[in-house]
Amino acid sequence: MELLKIERLLEKYFEANTSLEEENTLKEFFAKETVPDHLIQYKGFFGAFEQVKKEVHEPEIKFPKKMFKLNWIAAAAVILLMLSVFSYQQYEVHQQKEAQKAFLETQKALRMISQNLNKGNRAVAQLEYFDKAQQTVFKND
Amino acid sequence: MTQKDFLDKVLPFKDKVYRLAKRLLVSRDEAEDATQELYLKLWKNKESLEGYQNMEAFAMTMTKNYCLDQLKSKRASNLTLVHSNYANPDSLQKTIEAKDEAGLMLQLIDELPEKQRLVIQLRDVENYDFDEIGEILEMEPTAIRVTLSRARKTLREKFIKKQQYGIA
Repeated sequence: MELLKIERLLEKYFEANTSLEEENTLKEFFAKETVPDHLIQYKGFFGAFEQVKKEVHEPEIKFPKKMFKLNWIAAAAVILLMLSVFSYQQYEVHQQKEAQKAFLETQKALRMISQNLNKGNRAVAQLEYFDKAQQTVFKND
Repeated sequence: MTQKDFLDKVLPFKDKVYRLAKRLLVSRDEAEDATQELYLKLWKNKESLEGYQNMEAFAMTMTKNYCLDQLKSKRASNLTLVHSNYANPDSLQKTIEAKDEAGLMLQLIDELPEKQRLVIQLRDVENYDFDEIGEILEMEPTAIRVTLSRARKTLREKFIKKQQYGIA
């Protein structure tokens, strides 16, 4: 029964009138261990297609453009990093200068205060002198 | 189309591309080069790939056209060496492969005219339906059937003949 069906399918197959499903039936039938003698030559025939299908592309496919893009990103990252380091350094130098300036200003201001204080001290010393003088005058009274 | 999409959608049929290229160019090295080259082309055009309903069929059409062009330019430059084609290293490979039945069939397929070779490859090896084959080869279904039937009958005839020689 099955044999008759296979023979009919074979006929259809060579007229290119079989569906993919029917062709699969044929391939499966001839992939079996036991195939009737009068159809044995078709075993190699259909088996060959499966054999051919096993061939694969082994080398890895390369995409240089992708690599190029990646490099671009890396280059951009490096530049950005360098820029940020540089600008940070500049910033530090700037900060240092500012601090020095502030320090000098403060120093100047303090010096002015101390000078003025000295002036005041001298005036106080003079006053003390008058005070002593007065005391001696009044004691002698 | 993102990189990932490309790898997910286009890379999986690289073996089909390779086998079709090998069927046409016969040499393994040339088929590998062609596959690499075709994938670069696909990669460069990945933005426009999305417009295609059947990316695989599109890639297969590209493969067919590319390999036929390769053959044409090879023939143009080898015009005076036509007969030496039989002495190239591929025929050595063929005789080695021909030791088993599958190898013999492969040899017979590669002896078919290009169009028949393409139809056999797409239908009997890769199991595409007639609509897809029509799209890839830009052929009408009736023309495909005629070509396919002719190719299958030629293969059967030669295969049986060779096998009888082998036994005798």
